[in-house]
Amino acid sequence: MTAETIIQSLASGLLMGLLYGLIAVGLALIFGLMDVVNFAHGEFLMIAMYITFFLFAFFAIDPLLSAPLVAAALFVFGALVYLLIVRFAVRAKANAGMVQIFSTFGLAIVMRGVAQFFFTPDYRSVTHSWLGGKTVSIGGIFLPQPQLIGAAVAIAAFGGLYFFIHRTDFGRALEATREDAGAVALVGIDKNRVFALGWGLGAALVGLAGAIMSIFFYIYPDVGASFALIAYVTVALGGFGSVFGAFAGGIIVGLVEASTALLLPPSLKSVGIYAVYLLVVFVRPRGLFGSI
Amino acid sequence: MMDTDFANRRRRDLIVAFCLAAIAAIVPLFVKDVYVQNIMVLTLMWGALSQSWNILSGYCGQISLGHALYFGLGAYTTTLLFTKFGVLPWFGMLGGGVISAVIAMGLGYPCFRLRGHYFAIATIVIAEIGLLLFHNWDWAGAALGITIPMSGDSWLKFQFARSKLPYFYFALALACVAWFVTWWLEDSKWGYWWRAVKDNPEAAESLGVVVFNSKMGAAAVSAFLVAVGGGFYAQFVSYIDPESVMGFQFSLLMALPAVLGGIGTLWGPMLGAVILIPVTELTRSFIGGSGRGVDLIVYGGLIIAISLARPQGLVGLFSPKRKEAVR
Repeated sequence: MTAETIIQSLASGLLMGLLYGLIAVGLALIFGLMDVVNFAHGEFLMIAMYITFFLFAFFAIDPLLSAPLVAAALFVFGALVYLLIVRFAVRAKANAGMVQIFSTFGLAIVMRGVAQFFFTPDYRSVTHSWLGGKTVSIGGIFLPQPQLIGAAVAIAAFGGLYFFIHRTDFGRALEATREDAGAVALVGIDKNRVFALGWGLGAALVGLAGAIMSIFFYIYPDVGASFALIAYVTVALGGFGSVFGAFAGGIIVGLVEASTALLLPPSLKSVGIYAVYLLVVFVRPRGLFGSI
Repeated sequence: MMDTDFANRRRRDLIVAFCLAAIAAIVPLFVKDVYVQNIMVLTLMWGALSQSWNILSGYCGQISLGHALYFGLGAYTTTLLFTKFGVLPWFGMLGGGVISAVIAMGLGYPCFRLRGHYFAIATIVIAEIGLLLFHNWDWAGAALGITIPMSGDSWLKFQFARSKLPYFYFALALACVAWFVTWWLEDSKWGYWWRAVKDNPEAAESLGVVVFNSKMGAAAVSAFLVAVGGGFYAQFVSYIDPESVMGFQFSLLMALPAVLGGIGTLWGPMLGAVILIPVTELTRSFIGGSGRGVDLIVYGGLIIAISLARPQGLVGLFSPKRKEAVR
């Protein structure tokens, strides 16, 4: 193993990690807002990838251009999921935690079924996109262009999200609602509207990730499952509810995955991620940046 | 007053359970259809598994989404002991149970410090690590899995080529044992401790409940029973691979009947299994054959509908106490 291969894989691990962060941040945002873990998060990603695929297949819109459209579509979808399902799940007086887990888990199964029904279980891919398969060489290190753009989009999205939460009225309403949902009602903020917008925003972020991912990943009804677990681990590693934690968690997960792949057989590369998660929470039971 | 009510209810539960088990035992003598018998075996098995999951996650409140690990360990221990060393599956199932209980306590030692979602995700990733290790463990068949060699019907080897009846009676026995253990624990020191730990661990601790030990006890009992179920399942399908006994979906499938029936209740898991498993199997064979996912849509829709409409579980619908309260 030369120094070059190590740098090479750590660099691609970093890029992938930033994308993991982007996939996970929607989950972290929704959890921070209302303490709900969306067990259909992977399926949100799957739907975003399919939308990107069909925009490409039917209208020849490159994933880079369709990404904002996909994010907008997912925004609407996320808000609808809140209004039609989650709104009722959080009202449950008994077993609130389990009801949230299983109503969103049921949604995940339905979404997979719908995807199979309309799109068949076949693997699909976006072929001949602008960036697909292209690499760029920086100082002897080859980096795939889609992942590079994905990482840039992820950084931009995190920057935008930071600005949004701290500088806009809606962002402040979001922060206020997560602090105390009862009190914001007294100052005339509609809690349901804020939650719906929060779900929309969370879904839009994973939609953005899905659009980029579709450039270099196969698209099939179960694709979400493989990324969902990584997203949960990323969010928990960073600390539930912390947007910055998801960013940091994503980078750590990407780097750990790449280093594990260097040391162990490729099929075991996720073991490193899981082991690091366990080590972190055994030392810090609230994740790296989670608040009590 | 309260005490006699409670004692009466417990006696009634026991009588009802005995009658239901007796009726269930007669049913396959009249229902000869192999397809239906297969569904009955699966229903009883998932009922038993969910009942066991319910001990740790329902009564003690430690939501595990990684019980597939113990199911898989039971299946693998039984199968490996039999195929590699010729140990009869009866001992294999017990061995798998003991190994799982020990591992559950070993894992519980660091994990029970975690709360809520951090705990649940820890259980998921531990089960995933187990899955990946078995995937790469050549001696244990790796990704290809292990086929249990059939050598004719035998009670000793617990394998039957045609008849489903022996499997049915074992599954029934397992469901009865899991139910009875739950029934017995409900009114034991452990049962009270667990409910106290679930409701408020700090308060329980201050009243002298050894929270940590009681979680460990629940984990051990729960893992033991689930592993016996895993050993049974391996014998029943006579072929195992990592995905088919340790996949994440098994952890969720184990939790689902209890959640839909009523988590932390005596009858919830069995009731949930009786409704859910036949629906799953029937939708799979009647509308799932097209491979177009309609069965998934029905199944997922049912989960959403029940969990939103009856968050406390379906079991309340059958409770006479509740009817009185409504009146």
